[in-house]
Amino acid sequence: MNTRLYLAKLIDLLLPVLAMVIALVVGVLLLFLLGTDPFEAYSALIRGALGNISGITQTLTKATPLLLVGLGICIAFRGGVINIGGEGQIVVGALAATAFGVGFGNLPALILLPLTLISGAAAGLIWGGIPGLLKARLGVNEILTTVMMNQIALRLMNFLLRGPMLDPEHVAAGTSIPQSATLPESIWLTRLVPRTLFHSGAILAVLLALAVYFLLWRTTIGYRIRAVGLNPHASRYAGIPVAKYVTLSLALSGMLCGLAGAVEVLGVHHRMLEGLSGGYGFSGIVAALFGKLHPLGAIPASALFGALLVGADKMQRAVQVPSALAIALQGLVVLFVVSSDLYVRRRTRRRVGDDGSGGPDNGPPAAEGEKREAIAEV
Amino acid sequence: MIDELFTISTLIGILHSCVRLATPYLFASLGETFGQRSGVLNLGVDGIMLMGAFFAFYAVFEGHNLWVGVLVAIAVGILMGLLKAFVSVTMQSLQGISGIGLYLFGLGLSSLLFKTLIGSVEGVSGFRQLAIPLLSDIPGLGHILFNHNALVYLAYIMVPVSWFVINRTTLGLKIRAVGHNPEAADTLGVSVNGVRYTTLMIGGALAAVAGASLSIGLQNVFQENMTNGLGFIAVALVYFGSWRTVGVLGGSLLFSLVNALQLWVQALDIPVPSEVAVMMPYIMTIVVLAFTARQIQKPAALARSYERGE
Amino acid sequence: MLRRIRVFTLIFLLLLAGCGRGDDNGDGEAIDAEGQPFRIAIVMPSSTTDIAWSQSMFDSLVAVQTEMGGEDALKIAYSEGMFRVTDASAAIRDYASEGFDLVIAHGAQYGNSVFEVAADFTETSFAWGTSSDTGADRGIENVFAYGAVANEGGYVNGVVAAMLSQNDVIGVIGPVAGDAKLYIDGFVRGVTEVKPDAQVNISYTGSFSDTTLAAEAAHVHIQAGADVLTGSAQQVVGAIGVANENGVAWLGTQSDQISLGPDVVVTNQIYNWANVVADMISKIEKGELGGTAYRLTFANDGLRLEFNENIEIADEVKEAARTAIEDIKSGAVDPVLLEEDE
Repeated sequence: MNTRLYLAKLIDLLLPVLAMVIALVVGVLLLFLLGTDPFEAYSALIRGALGNISGITQTLTKATPLLLVGLGICIAFRGGVINIGGEGQIVVGALAATAFGVGFGNLPALILLPLTLISGAAAGLIWGGIPGLLKARLGVNEILTTVMMNQIALRLMNFLLRGPMLDPEHVAAGTSIPQSATLPESIWLTRLVPRTLFHSGAILAVLLALAVYFLLWRTTIGYRIRAVGLNPHASRYAGIPVAKYVTLSLALSGMLCGLAGAVEVLGVHHRMLEGLSGGYGFSGIVAALFGKLHPLGAIPASALFGALLVGADKMQRAVQVPSALAIALQGLVVLFVVSSDLYVRRRTRRRVGDDGSGGPDNGPPAAEGEKREAIAEV
Repeated sequence: MIDELFTISTLIGILHSCVRLATPYLFASLGETFGQRSGVLNLGVDGIMLMGAFFAFYAVFEGHNLWVGVLVAIAVGILMGLLKAFVSVTMQSLQGISGIGLYLFGLGLSSLLFKTLIGSVEGVSGFRQLAIPLLSDIPGLGHILFNHNALVYLAYIMVPVSWFVINRTTLGLKIRAVGHNPEAADTLGVSVNGVRYTTLMIGGALAAVAGASLSIGLQNVFQENMTNGLGFIAVALVYFGSWRTVGVLGGSLLFSLVNALQLWVQALDIPVPSEVAVMMPYIMTIVVLAFTARQIQKPAALARSYERGE
Repeated sequence: MLRRIRVFTLIFLLLLAGCGRGDDNGDGEAIDAEGQPFRIAIVMPSSTTDIAWSQSMFDSLVAVQTEMGGEDALKIAYSEGMFRVTDASAAIRDYASEGFDLVIAHGAQYGNSVFEVAADFTETSFAWGTSSDTGADRGIENVFAYGAVANEGGYVNGVVAAMLSQNDVIGVIGPVAGDAKLYIDGFVRGVTEVKPDAQVNISYTGSFSDTTLAAEAAHVHIQAGADVLTGSAQQVVGAIGVANENGVAWLGTQSDQISLGPDVVVTNQIYNWANVVADMISKIEKGELGGTAYRLTFANDGLRLEFNENIEIADEVKEAARTAIEDIKSGAVDPVLLEEDE
């Protein structure tokens, strides 16, 4: 590829950022509605997310679950299925990890830590695998199942945290706060910056991003997942067991979401409590989109979206506006970013026409026509 | 205690609850059916509902007639539908994700407007129970079906109306054609984007009325995020109904029936743990669909944006 | 296209430039606290207008502010909708680092975060509710704890419910089983005290904010014969609407719900945190940054039972309620039903 092409691709990559900025400019209207000074508000937003160590670590802490969920979403979408069940999968992952970590607290950390992570991942795998199986075997649409299973997971959590998993210390003290016992300190993920919540789960997430990239583009399994996603009929003719790969992509997707829950428990809260996730399942979908549904793209994308979420909270504190403003702004940002994709595609097409070297490549971003088909269901 | 559940009056009560509870789901799911039949998935239903709920409430709160409230909601719903159409039809964005954007936007904006324009939770006098003369006197059935507020009736009237529009009108034919094969429809001179704009506006209007049915029909109050994710369930029910109006009706009724049942089970102190009871509607919806699902052809172009070949 | 990009870039740069300026102002403000008003920050899970838990504290803060003489004497900063604990934790730390005098973490789920931040900011005072744990046993000295003995008001509402009910059937709409347990247990106790045979039907919606299901639960209770209803959490707005429509009595708790059902809300247990907050402020000004666990009771005027002035309430009902409150204050009645509590 020549320099011009690199430059063009760079612009494509920056387009979401530009779209985000335009969305915030449009958001000025909302700020006027509230009688707030937009400069003050937006300076707080950027300062809050990136202005100092505290902001940057908050952004990265938030980006960690977003990246893990986003990776799960990438796999599902590449496999041609939609996983709206991230929320429920995070919750069951966190529950299972906590149950295991607390239940087997006397195991040596070197064994307990991986097993705790695996429990979370396994719970997510099951919670995502059920919709996968139901879709593959019985033709039950996965949007329906994942939406319903989110609700089931939340209610399961409500029950477990007030019953079987309630911290015995709290029961003894009579302060029935709905949270579990604390996990043994030996398996807490290391805090990377003191006096912040930023923990080593972020490293794990980045490594997993590489692993997911490798899986999807360098292994037969990944190739088949993508093939099924691109064209299930052709895949069937090619002898790929489509049902199996549909189940697999939803299960793997759930596994990564479950892992996100386990990492939140081990890295941030050190116990299971209400309000552990609260929307990461959806935010992760957005982060995956910002990364063009590519595992490596998801790394900067989750940091970007994490920064937006953290900055919006800071803005709310700084100018004292209802928290709803931050939510509305996020909505605008998503709408603008998702729309900006059209320009990337138009430009890609023109480029293909220009130098004839286009066509789908294996590498990152560009959403070429064919790939678009695959992810069109999103 | 369990035998209390099977008394005639309880059974009537359960079915009465079921019919009423299904109202918002019906409006929203029927609206979503229009969009999906033309090939557009809109996950933002919940956000539109909240906007509809707020504006209907605000109109009534300001002293306007209840039907003005409904009309205001419809207008807002159409605008939200237009926004969704612009983003996912004109800008050809990934439909699922733009729906999430729309949801967040509606959730945030409705709460923001509520805080700015009203500021505290207030009640209004909404649609009253309207027993239909004669019909409501039928023993049992009369109370179940004909003793509700006007918006409940409207929701059920919308079922045959939607069926008729989709299956028996030119617009319906175009909708189905566009959803099935946009290229062919285009060749025949149907404006693919025009049809999709139309269905999304219809869907937006119905979702907004679903919201209004909560804020000025069933609860007579507005609270931030009062739909509590109801719109997502409504989208799921479209899949339950395999994109057919009758199926959507069935899904809404089933989901509401189990919900009504679990509320009654709890209220009658039947020894079922409430933790299990509150999960039942979601579990049953999945289980029933698992047993009845057949591989029904979905609109072939669902969630694919259409761009004319150049 | 290129031109468009240039425009975008320009806007972006302008924004950045604007932010640079804002930065200086912000920091300057945060540092000088000398001679400034007392500054309280509150982080809450729900909205300031949830007419339940979050609003009860926010309203109390505003009341204290008015009492003290407005913004010049007391400055309030709030973060609402912090249902995600990570966000709440960030907000708590942020307020602490901005030099607020008192940071209130208004949610039981924020406990971890409070103690973690309190250990890092020993000069700042924190308050955590619902809890009775000030962290003293872990060497933490700058955390107050607070909670409401909600079963007291529950008991009195229960007495009122029993007296109002003609059918001897009463409906309770709870959020999640196990939550609001204090209030509901006290309520049941109050009902049985007056009418041992009365039936109290309890149903849970499985959520704190499912107004639709709460509304339907109210319908179900009414059809099952209930003529007095109560319930808790922010979801009850839907249920009050239904009670209003059907003319069925509603007994409120946490925040003032009379405006929602002017014709049907008979009594309202109100959490009045004003005294607690005022006491914290005076302690902090004396240099005592924590260690006290507050409990709202009728005896310390933290709980109040308000009657709806707009509707006629039989004198004997009012009298019974007053007697119940006096009995609780004097200790003649112990409205605690919980085996694990105290």
